[in-house]
Amino acid sequence: MTRKMTFGALGVKAVMLIIAAALLFAPFLFQDVRSIEVAARICIFIVLVASYDLLIGYTGIVSFAHTMFFGFGAYGAAIALKEMGPGWNAVLLGGVLGMLVSLVIAAAIGLVSLRVKAIFFAMITLAAASVVLVLASQLSQFTGGEDGITYKVPDLFKPATKLLVDDAGKVVKLFGVSLNGKIAAYYFVFLSTLVLFLLLLRITVSPLGTVLEAIRENDVRAEAIGYRVVAYRTFVFCLSAAVASLVGTVYAVWLKYTGPETALSFDIMIDILLMVVIGGMGTMWGAVVGAVLLVLAQYYLRDLMGAAAEVVSSVPLLPELLNPDRWLFWLGLIFILLVYFFPKGIVGTLMTKGARG
Amino acid sequence: MSLLKIENMKTDIGQYAVLHGVSFDVPEGGVFVLLGRNGAGKTTTLRSIMGLWTPSPGSVTFRGEDITGLHTAGIARKGIAYVPENMGIFGGLTVEENLILATETGSFDQARLKRIYELFPAIETFWTKQAWSLSGGQKQMLAVARAIIEPRALILIDEPTKGLAPSIVAAMAEAFREIAETTTILLVEQNFHFAKSLGRDMAVIEDGRVVHTGTMADFVADKALQERLLSLSA
Amino acid sequence: MEQLSQTLERFGGVYLLPFALAVVAFIMIGAPSSWVTLTVAGLAMGMMVFLMASGLSLVFGLMDVLNFGHSAFVSFGAFVAASVLAALGGWLGSDSVILNALALILALLSAVAFGVVAGWFFESVIIKPVYKDHLRQILITMGALIVSEQVILAIWGGTPITVHRPQFLEGAFIFGDVSIEVYRVFAFVLGLAVFIGLHVLLNRTRIGLLIRAGVENREMVESLGFRIDRLFIGVFVLGSALAALGGAMWAGYVTLITPALGAEMMIVVFIVVIIGGLGSIQGTLLGAIIVGLTANYIGYLAPKLSLASNMLLMMAILMWRPNGLRPAVK
Repeated sequence: MTRKMTFGALGVKAVMLIIAAALLFAPFLFQDVRSIEVAARICIFIVLVASYDLLIGYTGIVSFAHTMFFGFGAYGAAIALKEMGPGWNAVLLGGVLGMLVSLVIAAAIGLVSLRVKAIFFAMITLAAASVVLVLASQLSQFTGGEDGITYKVPDLFKPATKLLVDDAGKVVKLFGVSLNGKIAAYYFVFLSTLVLFLLLLRITVSPLGTVLEAIRENDVRAEAIGYRVVAYRTFVFCLSAAVASLVGTVYAVWLKYTGPETALSFDIMIDILLMVVIGGMGTMWGAVVGAVLLVLAQYYLRDLMGAAAEVVSSVPLLPELLNPDRWLFWLGLIFILLVYFFPKGIVGTLMTKGARG
Repeated sequence: MSLLKIENMKTDIGQYAVLHGVSFDVPEGGVFVLLGRNGAGKTTTLRSIMGLWTPSPGSVTFRGEDITGLHTAGIARKGIAYVPENMGIFGGLTVEENLILATETGSFDQARLKRIYELFPAIETFWTKQAWSLSGGQKQMLAVARAIIEPRALILIDEPTKGLAPSIVAAMAEAFREIAETTTILLVEQNFHFAKSLGRDMAVIEDGRVVHTGTMADFVADKALQERLLSLSA
Repeated sequence: MEQLSQTLERFGGVYLLPFALAVVAFIMIGAPSSWVTLTVAGLAMGMMVFLMASGLSLVFGLMDVLNFGHSAFVSFGAFVAASVLAALGGWLGSDSVILNALALILALLSAVAFGVVAGWFFESVIIKPVYKDHLRQILITMGALIVSEQVILAIWGGTPITVHRPQFLEGAFIFGDVSIEVYRVFAFVLGLAVFIGLHVLLNRTRIGLLIRAGVENREMVESLGFRIDRLFIGVFVLGSALAALGGAMWAGYVTLITPALGAEMMIVVFIVVIIGGLGSIQGTLLGAIIVGLTANYIGYLAPKLSLASNMLLMMAILMWRPNGLRPAVK
């Protein structure tokens, strides 16, 4: 690693600033409901992907259970809000309980299976995640089954809430945007994800991050030097599970709804994988880029595909593949090509650009 | 003409450069001993010859033919057998299966089999046993037997005496002497006593470079050189 | 304690587990006729899962390659067979057993043929470039799975498809108050035949000897002058063909298939190979039978727990034997 700032690294930094600014001012820059949804989803996924990257990129462990932890956090908050009514104590209690469940299960899986081959771990997490998914839809008295849970969130986030009122008692507008509960909810998401992201960033540059890299590069050697590899891996697995769980709680508060589709389904896991690979494994900035690109694509690419499908409607099979529902087909292809040709992802590739010259 | 000629072989394993340019010639016939301390690069040299690591740059010439970059199986087919340090015995297979696997056609040449029985009577005794149940010495015998079940021009043997009882080491030396009458052996060894009783020519490798080549007789005579090169392993 | 475990080992060791399971279930279920039906169903399911899992296990053992896209072969096998059966609907409905059987054989053969071609393509295009890189291997095969599922959705659509069974495999054998579905017996027999075939291939032929040796120590087999990579393509193709066959049989078993079938079976297959131990056919069969029986017994006793029970079973076995019940010697 060179310490000198490369041209590519500068570019990445600039893009980061732009993204941060765009997310910070999102409610004012893009004044429609859908854009706020997109921005909040980007915030959530940045943290979710970054916490996953701590596993796959920094530690070299492949887990398919990340969504499961995300779901624990979301369901924890959802069930608490449903049972206790809208209040901060419900959010707190649900979030903490969800995180505890995540920690316990992560520790159990980690201790049982992180000592064996990496591939076993991948298989076991996959199996665990699907069992939880099935359980969530079967234990409908707690989880609402396939329908999920709808609930009310703390009053502050109600769209009718007025954050600032003028003399006439009407909500204050700033740059034409009403400062209502929706804005408060967005900034709740923005700030909590920002804090979590900075925490992750801090961890990667800490001594722990260095140890993790040593383990990823050569676990036998790290063990020989005296690091307890299984303990470290289990710790990181728990840490990333806890972060995923917390961000799940935040998402549950934002959405006011939690169900298998939004919090547990395997599609989310696939999204995370795509984001981390597209952005670049082993760099927190990669998580940011991956999440931004993919969430934007999810919302806007489908429209494009629909249009393209109509154009080629006379060709056999192609319209089927260009059907907006088939967008995963194309992402899957891109994913495979990226893993082949740019295993470092966009950011990783950019960062090393110019470093050799 | 030398049987095996290694020129400027450099091998990296992962990000670590292990060999920094190894060159030596193995003449036809007899036992050629490659000495060196732990971690000097002896095993890596053998593995690079076998194509299990890919040297770059560098070349391996066998019977005048460049075999660098060939597939391991192709190199074996040229007439090189390999007895790795861990012996590479298939524990789940019987002694018979271990041997028949090493034949090219899947059937035994009875004359060669008889010779193996004479060299290593244990092979015949434990013929139908699963190989994992053999003792360390018996496994080593099986590994060597597997290398000579087909006629080969060169056998690479990596530390065959490691962890063996003295009586078995003596039997092994006897067997090697007999095998070397018809086949060239490239022997990697840390047990200098064992090596000097067998070797005709030799090379010393240190930190991934060859630091000495010559005949075993000269090396044995030069105590100062031995002291300098092998002080830690003697 | 020591003596007990030795005695157990002499009578079959871990192979006794399915029998123990059956005995416990017999006591808990109480009704012998239900128990027989469930046991047969469990064995049939076990055999079909064995078909799907055997290739995955061998491929892993031989080359350290774990193909997360393996379940795509299962789904494709199911859908190809269903399409062929639907196209040959006339033969299926006819009274002639020969036409019935011919339609079935054609359907199974098409699935197998598809498995062969897809397996060959998969191995040479998707997996070969990432042989030694586990992380990228997991990612790439996962990507291939995503793409395959989308292709299935594009071709067959998302709605469930009804699978037509041949007339002669419909119905059940009745013994007193015990009824045994014909199809289950057929699935069991076919699975058993494949197992015996694989067993003979591995233990009585030279190719099998090479495969067994390769599973143990790939480098040594190459050092003896054999190209493991060529052998590997063969094993991979065989494995995908068997997975497709398993999928086709499964389609006939459940009679209603959706594109989610592959993903559902993948979990079961993974649990089976982890329980059984990667790289060994006996272990895979053992794991498959245990999982099949457990799924059916628990499905009857406590329906909501059936999938979780397999997961718990897997965790328990991993704690006891971290490499599975009967892993290949490494």
